[in-house]
Amino acid sequence: MKNRTIALCSAALLAFMVAGNFVGTLFPAYAQMNGPAAAEKHKWSYAALKKAPDEARARVNPLENDPDAQAAGGKLFEQHCAECHGRKAEGGKRGPSLRAHEVEEATPGAIFWVLTNGIVRHGMPDWSKVPEPERWQIVRFIQSFKISGALQSPAGQR
Amino acid sequence: MAGDHNWMGNARSWARRALREVLTSGQARSVREIGRVSQGQCARAFLLSLSTLALGCCGLFCPSSFAQESPYIVTYDHYLEEPGSLEVEYFSTFGTQRGGNDFHAYWVEFEYGVKAWWTTEIYLDGQTTFNDSTLFTGFRFENRFRPLKQEHFINPVIYIEYEQTSGADKILKEVEGHDIESDLAEPNGSLRQDHDHELEFKLLLSKSFKGWNVAVNPLFTKNLSPSEPWEFGYAVGASRPLALKAVPNRCNFCRENFIAGVEMYGGLGDAKSFGLHETSHYLAPVVAWNLPSGWTLRLSPGFGLNDNSHRFLLRWGVSREFSGFGEMVSRLFGGRP
Repeated sequence: MKNRTIALCSAALLAFMVAGNFVGTLFPAYAQMNGPAAAEKHKWSYAALKKAPDEARARVNPLENDPDAQAAGGKLFEQHCAECHGRKAEGGKRGPSLRAHEVEEATPGAIFWVLTNGIVRHGMPDWSKVPEPERWQIVRFIQSFKISGALQSPAGQR
Repeated sequence: MAGDHNWMGNARSWARRALREVLTSGQARSVREIGRVSQGQCARAFLLSLSTLALGCCGLFCPSSFAQESPYIVTYDHYLEEPGSLEVEYFSTFGTQRGGNDFHAYWVEFEYGVKAWWTTEIYLDGQTTFNDSTLFTGFRFENRFRPLKQEHFINPVIYIEYEQTSGADKILKEVEGHDIESDLAEPNGSLRQDHDHELEFKLLLSKSFKGWNVAVNPLFTKNLSPSEPWEFGYAVGASRPLALKAVPNRCNFCRENFIAGVEMYGGLGDAKSFGLHETSHYLAPVVAWNLPSGWTLRLSPGFGLNDNSHRFLLRWGVSREFSGFGEMVSRLFGGRP
């Protein structure tokens, strides 16, 4: 009897938690009711750039003059960021466009700060697990959009 | 003719002896035990098939993504799974056993990023004890929550796990309380009679600085049986990629794809007898190889640090991360991703 109770409780707990986990996935309407709409979410993402502390915003990219930084950043962007922000950084289902005016205007330090801290409550994980020089390489790549006006294809891509 | 008859007789008696040997000694002492062995083999086949099937299905429908996975096998850092991504992992532990048979324990892990601050996981465990049997030993259900919005000097993550395992579970995913080597020396037949229902809590504290990651995980476990006290344990680890800057071209063997480190874990007794008395501890170098194709390979030889520990544990694992798994499930059920 005791074993059956434990088994039933376990099954109920498991079912509850699994259902909880997937409710946002299986019923997007419900998820939208509770979560921010896509546009709202993207607004949050751009607002985060302005929330960077002054000290962080003032940081200069130490790899600004590294000739390989942009190409390496392009490779890292493809590996870590393109899934949400799109291969050409034009924005995707989950992440906003990084070719927006707000990103172009942001300092390298502000972009680095968002990359390091993420916007965890609004879906963007923090990327501090990527070593600091690699994060600066990604920043260099993102900032290359405003210089070139067009996406520069990362080296080593098909 | 007489010679032929003699040869036939010898063969018959040899076959009878061999059959008796199989039925009475060593690996299978009875027909019932033969059945158990084959059930165990089914369990192992089930776990392997499940992981292969999951990898295959996800591979068909979801794009794989490059995963910057830590090399730890026991220790956790504060990084959670990316939202909507599923990571399928298979791990093995080969362990030496004094006073018993060496073993090979394995588990399959499905890790899903529900939110950027919440990751959920299911584990299915099994083991093969050499010269004994193969068993499915239970499941674990784990959730990790990140309470703070931003990176801090130390980053906490709350870990809650429910596990339902038998006493024959040998994956040694964590070492707690007074877990010692001799606990696992008995044959599987008697170990599997014990059933544990446990709640496990960990505080995952982690910090990344100048390429290094340092993680400390205190552990608190409560067996749901009222007579069992709280048990304690720990895991600590440090790791660093071999290169901190990426090279511009896509490559498998670049130093940036390798992360090396070391982890140490062990038990700290229980609420009735807290401390190092009758506990086991391990030190294990770890290395991970993150391939651009999305696969991660991990290897970790572990060494027991006292007489209560297994002398040697060899762990390895293979994992693959699939991005957009949540969207794929949503599409299956007719939802808009």
